[in-house]
Amino acid sequence: MGRGRLEIIAESLIEWVIRLCGISAIIFIFAIFLFVFKEGAEFLFNELDLTEFFFSKEWYPTSGYNKRYGVLALIVGTGSVTILAMLIAVPFGLGAAVFISEFCGPRLKESLKILIELLAAIPSVVWGFIGLTVINQLIIHVFNAPVGLNILNGGIILALMSVPIIVSIGEDALKAVPDSYREAAVAMGATRWQLIRRVLLPAAKNGLLAAALLGVGRAVGETMAVLMATGHSVNMPNSVLDSVRTLTATIAAELGEAPVNSDHYQVLFIIGLLLFSITFVVNMTADLIVRGVRKK
Amino acid sequence: MVKQNPKIEISDLKVRYDDVHAINGISFDILENEIFGIIGPAQSGKTTLLKVINRTIDFSPEARVTGRVKVDGKDVMRVGNVYALRRKIGMVSPLPVGLPLSIYDNVAFAPRMAGIRERSQLDELVEKCLHQAALWDEVKDRLHSLGTKLSGGQQQRLTIARALSHEPEILCLDEFSIAIDPVTTMKIEDVLKQLRSKMTVILVTNLVQQARRLADRTAFMMNGELVEVGSNDVIFSDNPANRKTYEYVNGIFG
Repeated sequence: MGRGRLEIIAESLIEWVIRLCGISAIIFIFAIFLFVFKEGAEFLFNELDLTEFFFSKEWYPTSGYNKRYGVLALIVGTGSVTILAMLIAVPFGLGAAVFISEFCGPRLKESLKILIELLAAIPSVVWGFIGLTVINQLIIHVFNAPVGLNILNGGIILALMSVPIIVSIGEDALKAVPDSYREAAVAMGATRWQLIRRVLLPAAKNGLLAAALLGVGRAVGETMAVLMATGHSVNMPNSVLDSVRTLTATIAAELGEAPVNSDHYQVLFIIGLLLFSITFVVNMTADLIVRGVRKK
Repeated sequence: MVKQNPKIEISDLKVRYDDVHAINGISFDILENEIFGIIGPAQSGKTTLLKVINRTIDFSPEARVTGRVKVDGKDVMRVGNVYALRRKIGMVSPLPVGLPLSIYDNVAFAPRMAGIRERSQLDELVEKCLHQAALWDEVKDRLHSLGTKLSGGQQQRLTIARALSHEPEILCLDEFSIAIDPVTTMKIEDVLKQLRSKMTVILVTNLVQQARRLADRTAFMMNGELVEVGSNDVIFSDNPANRKTYEYVNGIFG
């Protein structure tokens, strides 16, 4: 009799622990959001001019007599580096996904997948270091530029960092296309290229789109590598050879210097909120698209 | 009766998947413009044979093929342009496979690959093929909705329409009636009888009576071996060459 009661208690205890683990993810997300919001809220509601915040390129948070908090240049920095990175990473990533899923033999496939996962495991500071040393020199030589730390450098580094995500999600999407589609198309005499273009890509298009969006999310949120590779100067760029600064890098570089609860400190948290919203929207879109795939 | 030329010549064909012998040395010819039935219990190698004929066996890398299958006198395992070979052959597999395209695009898929672009020509072809597969009346108002949304039996007929769309010289049907009601099956059987004048039809079926109704000649396969091949008059008579054929056809075993 006593043992039965013990079992019931143990059972419900375990159930609650597991439930708590599951709920904690939700709690953490809300807690992080609330914390970031709380740190920036006072300034956001009382003093910040949102028009100036979004449309001014004057970022002088430490100026002695005229502090200005315009993040337009930072948004453009993040946007330009991200767009360039995606221009490189999406074709390469999806191409690699098609190759791995459709062209290469089983042994090559396994080794490629392991290598690509390894690529994803390289710490971002190492990528930044490569940008700072290798790609910097390359850009100076090839383009005869005065400095090699610019949009191009950051874009290449970010592309290399996003490719693994795009490849593995894209490959999953192609793998999810039923073999019967392949067989049907091939039996009608489709060549490999016709099979990929007419059947596989349309059938996997949602998954591939989600792969690209997750790559975007990765690129927008990356901090250390772009901090090291883009030159980190507040600037409205005219070409890919101009240095820029991103939203993420600004927070990383300035938060340590800003006095707690100062206006500067609070604005950095508002930038955090902005980043949070961007990645949230991108990830949410990707998630909705993937969900759409599963429903079909 | 006019002497017909062999369309497909099979000699001593053996297919092995790793350790499993799927086909164990079979030889027979399939003639031009005949309906050739292949009957036999599961695991007798019928589907594998079709896969060799259109070379989709290539997608089972563990399969080893020896012996010879010739289509129009050319060894299929050595043919240079495998895509041209497959375009010559229409294949209908037992489970319906609608491509995730519209009904129209499903049927127009092969013609488009062959380079037909003109809208009116495609329209005509699509309508003809859907008519032949006894599907036109059910789908004519929604040609541009997804083919995968059709019912199982409709999808099966869609695959038949698709197999006919590239005007194949050989039409292989692997258990085509598995998901179709008897009335529709009859409609398609009528179409097959008409198609005989234009192409060679290979009919793999578990329904012995279907082979009896439709085929000119029938082969009976078991465990990868050919038990007997001959004209339907003999195979379905009371005295086929092999006792097993009689027993199978009359439902005594299998």
